Amino acid sequence: MQNRTLEIGVGLFLLAGLLALLLLALRVSGLTVGSANDTYKIYAHFENIAGLTVRAKVTMAGVTIGKVTAIDLDRDSYTGRVTLSLDDSVDNLPVDSTASILTAGLLGEKYIGISVGGDEEVLVDGGTIHDTQSSLVLEDLIGKFLLNSVNKDEAKQ
Amino acid sequence: MRRTSTLERIRLLGRAGIDAVATLGRSTVFLLHALFGRSSAGNPLQLLIKQLYSVGVMSLAIIVVSGIFIGMVLSLQGFNILSDYGSEQAVGQMVALTLLRELGPVVTALLFAGRAGSALTAEIGNMKSTEQLSSLEMIGVDPLKYIVAPRLWAGFISMPLLAVIFSVVGIWGGAMVAIDWLGVYEGSFWANMQNSVSFREDVLNGVIKSIVFGFVVTWIAVFQGYDCEPTSEGISRATTKTVVYASLAVLGLDFILTALMFGDF
Amino acid sequence: MSAEQQYAVELKNLSFQRGDRDIFKDIDIRIPRGKVTGIMGPSGCGKTTLLRLIGAQLRPSKGDVWVNGQNLPGLSRSELFDMRKQMGVLFQSGALFTDLDVFENVAFPLRVHTQLPDEMIRDIVLMKLQAVGLRGAYELMPDELSGGMKRRVALARAIALDPQILMYDEPFVGQDPIAMGVLVRLIRLLSDALGITSIVVSHDLAETASIADYIYLVGDTKVLGQGTPDELMNSDDPRVRQFMKGIPDGPVPFHFPAADYRDDLLGGR
Repeated sequence: MQNRTLEIGVGLFLLAGLLALLLLALRVSGLTVGSANDTYKIYAHFENIAGLTVRAKVTMAGVTIGKVTAIDLDRDSYTGRVTLSLDDSVDNLPVDSTASILTAGLLGEKYIGISVGGDEEVLVDGGTIHDTQSSLVLEDLIGKFLLNSVNKDEAKQ
Repeated sequence: MRRTSTLERIRLLGRAGIDAVATLGRSTVFLLHALFGRSSAGNPLQLLIKQLYSVGVMSLAIIVVSGIFIGMVLSLQGFNILSDYGSEQAVGQMVALTLLRELGPVVTALLFAGRAGSALTAEIGNMKSTEQLSSLEMIGVDPLKYIVAPRLWAGFISMPLLAVIFSVVGIWGGAMVAIDWLGVYEGSFWANMQNSVSFREDVLNGVIKSIVFGFVVTWIAVFQGYDCEPTSEGISRATTKTVVYASLAVLGLDFILTALMFGDF
Repeated sequence: MSAEQQYAVELKNLSFQRGDRDIFKDIDIRIPRGKVTGIMGPSGCGKTTLLRLIGAQLRPSKGDVWVNGQNLPGLSRSELFDMRKQMGVLFQSGALFTDLDVFENVAFPLRVHTQLPDEMIRDIVLMKLQAVGLRGAYELMPDELSGGMKRRVALARAIALDPQILMYDEPFVGQDPIAMGVLVRLIRLLSDALGITSIVVSHDLAETASIADYIYLVGDTKVLGQGTPDELMNSDDPRVRQFMKGIPDGPVPFHFPAADYRDDLLGGR
């Protein structure tokens, strides 16, 4: 019956649309189901977060273990406070771990790399990483380099 | 030649303005009547399915084919530019973001206006010129409910689905070119894409865009058909108007929506 | 018989304007119940507009349209749709739904307005098709029919719900003599057998005069004359005579209103 093919066609069309949306969610945007619950928050203070953005990834040994959820200024210490949300499965970070802002490639995006410390105590939800390394600011670097060469010249004289 | 005075020109301008406002008002009343009023004849679901078929399913072929090609071209062009900076892996990210945020909704809407929109206008215009709409009215069936409403809903539903399918097919085409042909490493292609694409900000915003476009394009198409002069000349003029107005509306709205969604204010 | 029952349709002091142009100005027309009434007039005098006013597809600028004791301009949109179930219209082109076959076209009003079971609908549809002589064509699509057959199918559809009032818009235009004869007979038959009030809008003099019980002659925004066909034929009014006898020039001028001929030719521009 003609009506039947019509309905089957429409059904397939609706199904294809929903499947496409599902593909976009899971395959393209890497959304994982129920990921909202099993994370915990820690904070890190940086002197300069230049270029780091919300949603940047947090890695350890090159493996992504979380992402940046908020960046704001800490009024008291005049530092940038970055909120990281990390996978619950990584619950054994020592309190003296180091967080540094790194760049993927020369012009790539900024992300946070965590290198592990040696303390027995581990970071819990709401904890703070004290040992941080700020973003490499190209202007500062050039400034230092120039100052160095000027100092060297003066020393020679 | 007769010369028109300045006053006459101002009068014509004013008249054009009044006409435009009147048309806008009529089309709004038309839309409200069609969407919310008392439901009448026929099984609404049955009518909707029939329209979903002719509006949605029949547009699928052109959407899929265009999607593949646009994804492939994006991948190729992106690769050429990105390889100058040594970041070919970012091609996945570029293809996905371009498709999800812009090209998916916009190109789908333009194709939709050309394929389904013009067909809707011509079909309804033809019904009007052959007095089918009048005779429905005299049988006691509201053509706004029986003819117009299912077509409107079919357009609203089809367009976002088509746009999503377009994006997926495009990304798939882009991946095919990048991975199989240009030799980008498959893992980094997808990883890069997943890292930079956010479901809420990119995928959902794209879907919202396509919902808005679907609404506007279908509205314009159906109204032009319903409002056209019931002659063959009037129908062809209305069909042209549908494609032109719908395309302009889509491009204009896209700018506004993009500014609202992705602009920093 | 009270006035309300005697007349199925009454137009009172009705005016209608399109843009700045008067189509009708203060006309009064009364259509007797159960009779065939012809509305005649030259092309472009607004005969079809008159039908649309009775069907409430157009709203008059002024005046009342009483149908079966209800004033149409005062009704709401949904009341109007209910009202229209009592009316049937045969449009000039037939206006069959092109995506439905003949059977479904005739069944359409029944499916929409009744909850009858399928077998009963089938019986009614076949009876109506039998009445117009097209029972054998129920499986065909509208584009497989000739113009005359389309109109007969449309007639079957118009009477599917057994309306009290049936309006015909130029039923004789573009019909071959046989189809025309069939239609004339059908209209008369429907009126006599079912007691339907028929309104025939036409400019075909002979056919209308042969079936109508009463004729209104409309033109130039007014009712020019009314009466039985014989009365009109023998009327003294020059305008009525011009139309009934088909004289090219007279009170209804041959020329469209224009500036003086001599001035136009010599004046240059």
